Amino acid sequence: MSFTLSQLIPAIPEVFVTIMIAVTILVSLFLGEKHRNATFYLTQATLLICTLLTVNIFHHQTQIAFHNSFIVDHMACILKVFVYAMTFLSLLYAQPYLRGTELGAGEFYILTLFVVLGMMVLISAYSFITLFIGLELFSLPLYAMIAMQRTAVTAEAAMKYFVLGSSASAFLLFGMSMVYGATGALTIPDIQNAVLLHSPTIAILGLIFILAAVAFKLGAAPFHMWIPDVYEGAPLPVTLILASATKIAAFVLAIRLLVNALPLLTNQWQHMLIFVAILSMLIGNLVAIVQTNIRRMLAYSSIAQMGYMLLGLVSGIGVGFGAAMFYIIVYAIMSLGAFGVLMLISRTGFEVHSINDLRGLNRRNPWLAFMMLLVMFSMAGIPPSAGFFAKIAVLVALVHVHLVWLAALALIFAIIGAYYYLCVVKVMYFEEPEETSLIEINGLGKQLGISVNCLMVLVLGILPTGLFQLCQAAFVGG
Amino acid sequence: MTTSSNFLSNLALAIILFPLLGCLIAGFFGKKIGQRGAHWVTTLMVGASFFLSIYLVKLVVFDNLTFNGAIYTWGSSGNFVFDVGFLIDRLSALMMLTVTFVSFLVHIYSIGYMKGDPGYQRFFSYISLFTFAMLMLVSANNFMQLYFGWEGVGLVSYLLIGFWYKKNSANEGGLKAFLINRVGDLGFILGIGAILAFFGSVDYATVFSQAPALAASNAMVNIYPHIHWSAITVICLLLFIGAMGKSAQMPLHVWLPESMEGPTPISALIHAATMVTAGVYMVARMSPLFELSPVSLSVILIIGGTSALFTGILALVQNDIKRVVAYSTLSQLGYMMAALGASAFSAGIFHLFTHACFKALLFLAAGSVIIGMHHEQDMRKMGNLRKYMPITYVTFLIGALALCAIPPFAGFYSKDTIIDAVHLSTVFGGTYAYYCVLIGTFVTALYTFRAFFMTFHTEERMDQHTRETIKESSAVVWIPLLVLAVPSIILGWVLEGPMLENLFGNAIYTASQYDTLSTIASDFHGSWAMMLHAVFTLPFWLAIAGVFCAWFAYVCRPQLPAVLAQRFSTLYTVLVHKYGFDEFNNWFFVKGGIRFANWLFRVGDIKILDDLMVNGSGRVVAWLSAAARKLQTGYLYHYVLAMVLGVLVFGVWYS
Repeated sequence: MSFTLSQLIPAIPEVFVTIMIAVTILVSLFLGEKHRNATFYLTQATLLICTLLTVNIFHHQTQIAFHNSFIVDHMACILKVFVYAMTFLSLLYAQPYLRGTELGAGEFYILTLFVVLGMMVLISAYSFITLFIGLELFSLPLYAMIAMQRTAVTAEAAMKYFVLGSSASAFLLFGMSMVYGATGALTIPDIQNAVLLHSPTIAILGLIFILAAVAFKLGAAPFHMWIPDVYEGAPLPVTLILASATKIAAFVLAIRLLVNALPLLTNQWQHMLIFVAILSMLIGNLVAIVQTNIRRMLAYSSIAQMGYMLLGLVSGIGVGFGAAMFYIIVYAIMSLGAFGVLMLISRTGFEVHSINDLRGLNRRNPWLAFMMLLVMFSMAGIPPSAGFFAKIAVLVALVHVHLVWLAALALIFAIIGAYYYLCVVKVMYFEEPEETSLIEINGLGKQLGISVNCLMVLVLGILPTGLFQLCQAAFVGG
Repeated sequence: MTTSSNFLSNLALAIILFPLLGCLIAGFFGKKIGQRGAHWVTTLMVGASFFLSIYLVKLVVFDNLTFNGAIYTWGSSGNFVFDVGFLIDRLSALMMLTVTFVSFLVHIYSIGYMKGDPGYQRFFSYISLFTFAMLMLVSANNFMQLYFGWEGVGLVSYLLIGFWYKKNSANEGGLKAFLINRVGDLGFILGIGAILAFFGSVDYATVFSQAPALAASNAMVNIYPHIHWSAITVICLLLFIGAMGKSAQMPLHVWLPESMEGPTPISALIHAATMVTAGVYMVARMSPLFELSPVSLSVILIIGGTSALFTGILALVQNDIKRVVAYSTLSQLGYMMAALGASAFSAGIFHLFTHACFKALLFLAAGSVIIGMHHEQDMRKMGNLRKYMPITYVTFLIGALALCAIPPFAGFYSKDTIIDAVHLSTVFGGTYAYYCVLIGTFVTALYTFRAFFMTFHTEERMDQHTRETIKESSAVVWIPLLVLAVPSIILGWVLEGPMLENLFGNAIYTASQYDTLSTIASDFHGSWAMMLHAVFTLPFWLAIAGVFCAWFAYVCRPQLPAVLAQRFSTLYTVLVHKYGFDEFNNWFFVKGGIRFANWLFRVGDIKILDDLMVNGSGRVVAWLSAAARKLQTGYLYHYVLAMVLGVLVFGVWYS
């Protein structure tokens, strides 16, 4: 059990981020006002190098380190890369906005790196302890980031998120302790192989609490209440990260805790997930329709989309998990694209809130309008977008396990959902703008970023095979 | 052998693709190449096809070469393979020759007829496209390609009937033709579907080789519960419905007279010589299937006989010169169908060939008259045109004599053979059909010479201005007339012998118990003898009587028709209303359809779909949304409560 340096190899990206956090703190401390951008560039560079490091260890087989509490497998590598990419793009979109506010100081970027580190730990966690550490590591900085801009609205959002998030953490800990009580194990492979010591009731009770926490982090009903308030209240740069990267992390939480740790209780969590999924699709889609605030609308849409994603887990088969993974990646890309467009339209002192702020966007910036159109079509599941393919894959998995009624129900909700997505398109293309001034995006990087981001939605819809097979390989025969 | 069959398929491909090339050039580059360019390129292309077809016929008929094979796989689905392929045998080679021959002459003729028309290039592009589609149809070796050609000619027919699209009647005529052909095509595609279902293939050779086994196995189709029909009969009848639409057999004939709204060369090419005979060709091609089903033979015979007589009678009351010829086309198509029903497939195709020549001649001659009369088509405003248009006069007369089956003209041989064959037919309905086609010869002669006398003899009834400007049409118009007059005279005399002696080889199959033509062949002692024998037969004298009656009623006693019309006013009214088919269709299908559609709109669309389903579901969703959003109170403790409740629900559920 002696520790050797080679055991650190799987965790090299995490180690690197930790070092870079320290470096960035020091740099931002000693650099003057003039060089504020340095922290931004350092952060982005960190993310890029992390991508390289992670891709580099991707070639190896699944590695487990630190006494079964840390894992680097296919899923972890792929999702980490997407977390970097999402964060990278979020910061790219947010940078000009941040520069103009008190958020612009180095702290925002440093906290972002902490969030990334937390998500990385969570994604690679292979025991209850590391899972919980990762979860808290990425949640706590987020509470702070929301509250950084001191207005009544953000304070309310931060307060709600903090209180509810803490409750969820409490649920999670409580559930974990019960599972520990039932199995006597803390690492996931041990729990997986454990014969339930006593009656399964305790384990099931633990499962219920764990599932509640997972649903909370995903933002699935009935644990979704924080989503609209936080998405609306938080500063847009934080919402960008909340709506994209953290969804991926929450997905991993679900996979590790339900699929990897508790296959013995598959029947039970399947049933609970059906309930959660239906409720999410129902509430998400229905309430999204009546929203006039686009951020709340997107928040409810995310609740509904999480419902669809959970259908992949409901299927209980590898193909379904792969489909769900594909779905969460596609969703993160779409969501980032949608909020990214909002971010780019917003300026210091003006944040997009109402759907009507998008009126006549086609006149004011046709390319941005087209990007938003792609994202909206994809969210509605209109071919040939990635969203269509992701929905199909999930529904196919459901049909595989003879849950046709559920697939049909999901389709009906998808039709209802198409309404509010298309409304956005209608507003952008067929209504007169209140202001006719053109919206310009300064900087090639941002233009390139949003274009790649949104066109990905189309590319992944036309050529989904590569990513889809990667996702499938993470679960089927991987 | 392989090289020669390769050569044959390449030759056929060239024949088919030349007109397509011409069509594309004239269609897409019409503006660039101008009117002269358009007619030159299309005419040359079709001309090339025509001369290659002569060579093809030489290879197939005299050198006994055949080709049957796929040249391109169009698509496959499961076990079904759909090829583009050719079946080049005597039947299809001769059909290709006929099509390219008439088409070539019509191209030349159109140069004169369409002069100055704003849609000149479009017109030439269309007729070349038609030639391509028709060649695809006749050369097909499978049902899919047959259907492709079938729909292709239907489409061009629609486009050309409505060619003068600013004229309302032309648009209506095109629409009518299109819709009625839909009815036929529905039967046709169902027939092809049934073939695919029973034989698992759309390839002619496969289907024909398996057909006897299917017939012998007494396979049944369950159409309604407890009603079983023989599969082969169902297939044949469905295919025949397609033929009825395309070849304008009663009661699907109503579109053909309306099709006369198109330019006259089109009437000659599409609605007389080629496209409308596609149904006849198809039934003959499917002879191995139809011979297995006596029921369908009877149906064909009865419908053919009925069409032959009753549409001919209608021609008696028409005053539009083109409509008279159009009704006569209906009647002649009936003759061909009757021949097919009597299993005299060769005779039917033979009549198709001769009819193509003399009917094209009649149409083009009528067109020449119409040019001379400055687009006046009413015969009551013509008269004594022989003085002004001698070439047209002579060629029209030749066509008329051929149509009336006066020996030695072409129509005599083909029609006389048909009448004999129907007489010998033993299937149910044979006797009825025989009397129909027999009386039909009298009617044919009567209406043909009625038109002939009214147009070219009797006193001049046109107005002064027209009279002064009538002159013979230009050479591009009358040269095709002369060229067509030649086969109208001799084709029957030349082909009668070979036709009875198996001109079509294996392409046509006749079961021994229905083989009427072999009986006729055994009595055949050469074309001369047949001609001389004609004076002892009934049809000949009926035709002569028809000509005489026409002369008497329209030249000697011009007031007689009016008196007769008054005396037999009921009959006359029925005829003028064309037996009421149009009225019935109009009342039942058009008005009924509109009423039904209105009802669907009011009840189905507005009430059920719009109010109940679309707006209703929308209202439900809106109501639910309004209710659901109330849950989002904004109070932190409500949110926590929701989470706790969620956990409680699961807890209660599972413990």
